[in-house]
Amino acid sequence: MGRGEGVLGDVTPTLRICHLYPDLLNLYGDRGNVIVLVNRARWRGIEVAVTEATLGTPITANDADLYFIGGGEDRQQRVAVADLLQRKRGPLADAAAAGAVVLAVCGGYQLVGRFYRPAEGEDLPGIGLLDLWTEHAGPGTPRLIGNLVIQPEGGEPPMVGFENHGGRTYLGPGAKPLGRVVSGFGNNGRDGWEGAVAGHVYGTYLHGPLLPKNPVFADRLLREALGRRYPGLELAPLPDALEARAREAVLARAGRSVPA
Amino acid sequence: MREGPLTAGQPPTLRVRLSVAVALGKATAMLSRALRRGGGTTMPGRVARAVEPAVVGLLSARLPLGSVVIAGTNGKTTTAHLLAHIMRSLGHRPVHNRAGANLAAGIASALVENADLLGRLRGDLGIFEVDEATVPRVVPALGPRVAVFLNLFRDQLDRYGEIDYIAGLWRSAGAALSPDLAAVANADDPLVFEAVRELPGTLVTFGIEDDRYARPALEHTAEARYCYRCGTAYAYEVTYFGHMGRWRCVTCGVARPSPDLAARDLVLSGPDGSEFTIDAGAAGTARVRTVLPGLYNVYNVLAAVAAAGRLGASLGAAASAVGSVAPAFGRAERVSVDGREVRLLLVKNPAGFNEVLRVVLAAGPPAVLLIAINDRTADGRDVSWLWDVDVEMLAGRVGHVVVTGIRAEDMALRLQYAGIPPEAIEVEHAYDRALRRALDRAAPGGLFVLPTYTAMLALRGVLQQWGAVRGFWET
Repeated sequence: MGRGEGVLGDVTPTLRICHLYPDLLNLYGDRGNVIVLVNRARWRGIEVAVTEATLGTPITANDADLYFIGGGEDRQQRVAVADLLQRKRGPLADAAAAGAVVLAVCGGYQLVGRFYRPAEGEDLPGIGLLDLWTEHAGPGTPRLIGNLVIQPEGGEPPMVGFENHGGRTYLGPGAKPLGRVVSGFGNNGRDGWEGAVAGHVYGTYLHGPLLPKNPVFADRLLREALGRRYPGLELAPLPDALEARAREAVLARAGRSVPA
Repeated sequence: MREGPLTAGQPPTLRVRLSVAVALGKATAMLSRALRRGGGTTMPGRVARAVEPAVVGLLSARLPLGSVVIAGTNGKTTTAHLLAHIMRSLGHRPVHNRAGANLAAGIASALVENADLLGRLRGDLGIFEVDEATVPRVVPALGPRVAVFLNLFRDQLDRYGEIDYIAGLWRSAGAALSPDLAAVANADDPLVFEAVRELPGTLVTFGIEDDRYARPALEHTAEARYCYRCGTAYAYEVTYFGHMGRWRCVTCGVARPSPDLAARDLVLSGPDGSEFTIDAGAAGTARVRTVLPGLYNVYNVLAAVAAAGRLGASLGAAASAVGSVAPAFGRAERVSVDGREVRLLLVKNPAGFNEVLRVVLAAGPPAVLLIAINDRTADGRDVSWLWDVDVEMLAGRVGHVVVTGIRAEDMALRLQYAGIPPEAIEVEHAYDRALRRALDRAAPGGLFVLPTYTAMLALRGVLQQWGAVRGFWET
């Protein structure tokens, strides 16, 4: 819809997004994040190519500037994790080491950690992109569900969204939290932290369409994803009027109980 | 004890307790109506169950024709409405729960309201829509003769958990079912078929057989992409919407059965309804015409006709009764406001929303739409699902969209990222003003209103104040 101009003179930058398991890990409108990244890049005259990598699809570390992985139902997640470990762990680790952006949401957030500890039985390995682990809270323990507001470290505006997870996640020394919980549960409902960051790898329980209502964070991901191949690229500002209204609406409701 | 006197073999204290439960339930209903507390669709049942926890089983056992339960993510209310209409046309007197009051308390309320103080019922047949997660709790008490399983889509994940969990509940509910049961199931939905194919009793399947209405590929809203048993990707010969279609697992060989009732030779007339032939094999064929729009209502009609058949209705009689059914509450319901037609099309989840958008667009590009999104418990508190809806199909085809409801801004954002120009998106939180704004822009043909459940109640409230509809407890 052409809300901005190309930014690098003659060169039309291209953003390459790799959407991992869009047919399996898509539980809560996860694709909204990809829709937002694509549009916010195109509105600025940046070309976008989205590839979808599902079961059996090989990927390489140079496929994309940004990798996105969402959450799925338990059964779908079990199917995906086998393929993730076998085919995608190495290339993703190489891509992250080379500065590509990885955004992992909800179930995907758990999968990029070191392991998941079930109520019974052995730990299930994750791909270890982030130094964190997730524990099943025990049978009968309530899921952590509701609107979630966090305050990122470093003065960025609060991030808003919805969370719905049974697992409790704890960070190791190699990962920093994405922010402090203002309202809601976050990583484990206890330590007051939400999400994890290491380099350009991000994980969060702000599930599904996290980026529509957090345009500052969306643009941070775009800048980091494009910055590697297009140093000095600047993103033209967008009006973000509806985004601001949607954020205000959620922030105004935060802390208030939801009417039955 | 189905046909026997209720009191036989019961100690007098239990008889008294049931009478007290019914009396207090009825009093609650009257009070609730007098206070205008929304018609009292669940409180009477809650009160009665507090007095006599077995009230559902005790009262439903008095229905001579027994009960039908209708479960599934989408189409419960419409299918119950269709089946009740068919059975009424054959001279029966169905007892049924009010639209959406489909938890145990809603079913208890319906029974209590239709019972006298001795526990005698005014009807001869129970038709109950049952919330998908409530199936294992109410089915053992009701002991239904027919159980209808429509479809399984993601819906209100904050409340129900995952679809696999629901399918598991249905499978386990089978243990409580009688071998006399007929399970009426959608053959085109592999999740449903896998969940019910081993239930005791007779399996009656229904499906669509018309490749002209097939879609080129599985939609984003498809839930069942991989075989429940072995994890192989289902091979679809044909898909209709979501994961409905002619599916097969090439590894373990499970495949969509040839349906006992098939819809053939479809003619869809956008929002004005459809026409098709029901082919029931040896039981014959019948042409059906319905004002209920869209492919999803073809499934609802098939399900209702199949259930009616198990209750003794002939195919011809059932098909002809379908022709005179009006839309259920808020489901393609039409009302007139200042000479303009307003059509309410409930949207609850991505699969249903997509189908409603297709129905709307089949009437031509709309000048204006009113979309109303709430996030109360009955709507689902998480509005993330709006991003699973293919709102993109509106881009370049809708002139203006008024959005209202608690989460109006979330819908506005979704529209913007689907390619609707921001200047064509209007946020108006007040329901009456939103309706007025949309009506002002509506073409003479009418206005389509797409609300979530509680937003639909609120908008209907406005229409009622304007004198355009009756109260929902009167419908």
